[in-house]
Amino acid sequence: MIDRVMDSRELDSFDWQFLAVTAAILSLGVLSIYSVTHAQAGAGLPLYVKQVLWILVGCAAFLAMLVVDYHKIARWSYVLYGLILILLLVVLAAGKTSRGAQRWIPMGPFAFQPSEFAKLVLILVLATYYAHAPREGWIQRVVLPGLLMMPGLLLILKQPDLGSGLSFLAIYAALLLVVGMRSKAMGILLLFAVMLFPFAWELLWGALHDYQRERIMTFLDPAYDTGGKGYHALQSRIAIGSGELLGKGLHGGTQSQLKFLPEGHTDFVFAVFAEEWGFLGTLLVLALFLGLLMLSLEIALKAKDVLGALLAAGIVGMLGFCLMVNIGMTAGLLPIVGIPLPLMSYGGSAVVTTMAALGLLLNIKRRRLTLFY
Amino acid sequence: MPQFGTQQEELREIQRRLTILKIALLAIVGLLALRLWDLQVRDGAYYRDLSENNRTRAVILEPARGLIYDRHGVLLANNVPSFGLYVTLEDVKDRKALVEGLVGLIGVDEAALRKKLSERGSKLLPRKLKDGLSLREAALIESHRLDLPGVMIQADSQRNYPSGPILAHVLGYVGQVSAEQLEKSESQELHQGSMVGQYGVEKAYDRFLRGQAGQKVIEVDALGHEKRTVSVEKPAAGDDLYLSIDLRLQRLAEELLGDEAGAIVALDPTNGEVLALASRPSFDPNVLSRELTAKQWDAIVQNDSHPLTNRATQGQYPPGSTFKIVMATAALESHTITPSTKIRCVGGFPFGRRVYKDWKAGGHGFMDVTQALVESCDVFFYTVGQRMGIDMIADFADQFGLGQETGVELPSERTGIVPSTAWKAKAKGQPWLPGETISAAIGQGYVTVTPMQMAHLMATVANDGVSFRPRIVRAVMERASGLVHEVPTVPHGKLAVAPETLALIKEALAGVVTRGTAARARSTLVSIAGKTGTAQTAALRTGPERDIPKRLRDHAWFVSYAPVDAPRIAVAVLVEHMGHGGSAAAPLAKQIIEAFVRYERAEPKLAGRPDAERPEGLELAMQEAR
Repeated sequence: MIDRVMDSRELDSFDWQFLAVTAAILSLGVLSIYSVTHAQAGAGLPLYVKQVLWILVGCAAFLAMLVVDYHKIARWSYVLYGLILILLLVVLAAGKTSRGAQRWIPMGPFAFQPSEFAKLVLILVLATYYAHAPREGWIQRVVLPGLLMMPGLLLILKQPDLGSGLSFLAIYAALLLVVGMRSKAMGILLLFAVMLFPFAWELLWGALHDYQRERIMTFLDPAYDTGGKGYHALQSRIAIGSGELLGKGLHGGTQSQLKFLPEGHTDFVFAVFAEEWGFLGTLLVLALFLGLLMLSLEIALKAKDVLGALLAAGIVGMLGFCLMVNIGMTAGLLPIVGIPLPLMSYGGSAVVTTMAALGLLLNIKRRRLTLFY
Repeated sequence: MPQFGTQQEELREIQRRLTILKIALLAIVGLLALRLWDLQVRDGAYYRDLSENNRTRAVILEPARGLIYDRHGVLLANNVPSFGLYVTLEDVKDRKALVEGLVGLIGVDEAALRKKLSERGSKLLPRKLKDGLSLREAALIESHRLDLPGVMIQADSQRNYPSGPILAHVLGYVGQVSAEQLEKSESQELHQGSMVGQYGVEKAYDRFLRGQAGQKVIEVDALGHEKRTVSVEKPAAGDDLYLSIDLRLQRLAEELLGDEAGAIVALDPTNGEVLALASRPSFDPNVLSRELTAKQWDAIVQNDSHPLTNRATQGQYPPGSTFKIVMATAALESHTITPSTKIRCVGGFPFGRRVYKDWKAGGHGFMDVTQALVESCDVFFYTVGQRMGIDMIADFADQFGLGQETGVELPSERTGIVPSTAWKAKAKGQPWLPGETISAAIGQGYVTVTPMQMAHLMATVANDGVSFRPRIVRAVMERASGLVHEVPTVPHGKLAVAPETLALIKEALAGVVTRGTAARARSTLVSIAGKTGTAQTAALRTGPERDIPKRLRDHAWFVSYAPVDAPRIAVAVLVEHMGHGGSAAAPLAKQIIEAFVRYERAEPKLAGRPDAERPEGLELAMQEAR
């Protein structure tokens, strides 16, 4: 009886708006992947069909994360983190190498990228930590969670996967921002960062791979080598810009159709979309993402406990960061790092992770009602 | 729940701070939207242009060059399929690899290849690296195309001259437009790699033959591989030419000259049409129209026998005794003599401290002007020349068209020299010496003429003083419309000479053949009139002719027309270093004339419209052009 009441309440409160926005972004992604790859004759399933299959897997993950109480999930977070670290080690030991980076664990016709899942696991771990950690002391609030993040971050950077590594840092920063680090502490941290920057830069620069350095160089100076590394950046800008106001229409994107734009279905799917749909289309995508982020923030604001609020904030931070970096890099605002556009880029691990994260968000929204029982 | 309060406190703090995240997200999305506005709306047109250039390449479609026929529709120049190697520099990422690849595949000359790649020109337009690829080479490159981005094999055509070296000096040859020609051509629709006429009729009529290039815009992918055709603007084939040349006569003329250097020009005196124009030695225009190596080119240009000089229009020779036609006319018209004036020839003409010799040691005795022409008496003309003076001689030579271009359509025609006191003052800065008039009187000294001029002169005499500008092209046929434009006959002038004088000269010229120095031109088939000439090349000569090195021997001339009563052909023959015109040149002219008469009797109709005998191949070509 009580269950029934709760069920009807849940249905009432179920966020259809949230689902509609998610479905719209997923559809635009599949459409763009279809557009850029439909003419490619390849063995096996077409990429857009694979993406649809991944979305179905993502739906399962979404439901799983929705149904199980997030407090229970949080209890498993350290175990999950341990598992992810093992998987990351497996990747380094036996992973599939593609374009100079070892990121994938092959699974039949699919490949699975632990670093994507690691992001969500990190959110769980950090949120769980903060929910139980003492509220005072900067070692407990800043240093310890930082150290907690380190093994995952280092393993990811070792692959190397700069994009996921930066996502880790972004999640950490977003949580630091909201857990109420005092403005004085924030100031000190910033000061340290500025003071340490040259030293850190040196370390970081030395740790970077040649292609990463070149990417940064071409970002700082686009004329650095237009035929080589600057090629992506230039072709992506041309693709987006040539879409003009109304776009070239579906399949009409010559930049992507004629392969001037590499990786049009993964990291540069936004450029493909922008070329075919024009400025009006890109505004639509931005509006959808903004809607998704605002609805997610709303969930964070109305979360019944710290864990829920932090989980939601972490997810918003992750999504917002990916959105900013991915579109920023395709539009020539940021250096090119491998970060997929959430829900739109081809890639099973990313889609499943993002959908799982969204399931977790709705989970948080749903549980806020249970407070009153 | 003891911690409830603090938990709730912390939650409120967190939720308060979420506003910062919200503002940050709004700012980020706003910034991205601004950036996209920038790219897509503000600079959209600029990026649209970039993407168009990214994906499209314009390929020039070469027009089919016009065909060239002889007066009876025999094909003289056509086009045969060939493969050209093109490259679009924009698509070449690694030039070194390209050069190595091509050198490895088809063994092209590496230095030449590098030079072509570094030449100025558009990076977006394909440039021709090599033409005349064999099928095997083309297939080899085609199969390695993926390793050679930017490289294209295009089927195009190559100029072909079925008669080979025959008529080479008239037809000329084609070659890739040079950088200078490109710069000069202004808006003449020439572009890199255009084939243009470089010599002969090919050059003179290039703007008709060339046609208009078309353009195909193709879409390429990031590797420069053709994806689809965006638009095609068909090329317009060039116009066809019908020459006045009779290939059979031409072939005969060249065969008659054989290995000797010399020239034969045959004209139709009634309209100026060139029936044959031979210059030996010759060259193969098929070889010159293809890409030559520097070595091949040097071998032709530096050849001592100058095969690229058209001796008919560019060879300047002393006219020797053929000049006596001018002298006789001048003497009669200036009333220096009358037809009955007799001058005694004793075998020499004393002047100053010298005696100018006659070719006949004992002399000719008393001679009137007719006899003097028939027997080519030197003393007679020394005498009248000396009486007239050089300037009067020059006036008449001018009237006959000497010292000036005949106006035939071949490039770089030379004028020869008609000396006069004014000419010498200008050219040498010296006064005219009386002794020089004596030499000039028998076509020696400073006087030089081209074989074309002498043929023109004979045509003028044969046509009773009315002359036409010599011309090689009878008609131009527009490919597109099939319209035939006949090239008009251009009157060149009329000699201001009394008919009686011309009648006397003509009678004398007939006599030269029947009873004079040109007995070897006598024909049983047709009556021929003519004049022999022996042009001295060295001033001092001793001993018999055969002991003199060939390069110092005299040039043999014979100028003629036939039939005597109603002339249809005028022929000038010059054979270098072959001695006497009567023995070396006259028989050649006779054979040309006899052949012409035989052809004319066999097929009188063929003198009609140029398109009367349009060959089947032309119909096909025209259909293709449409």
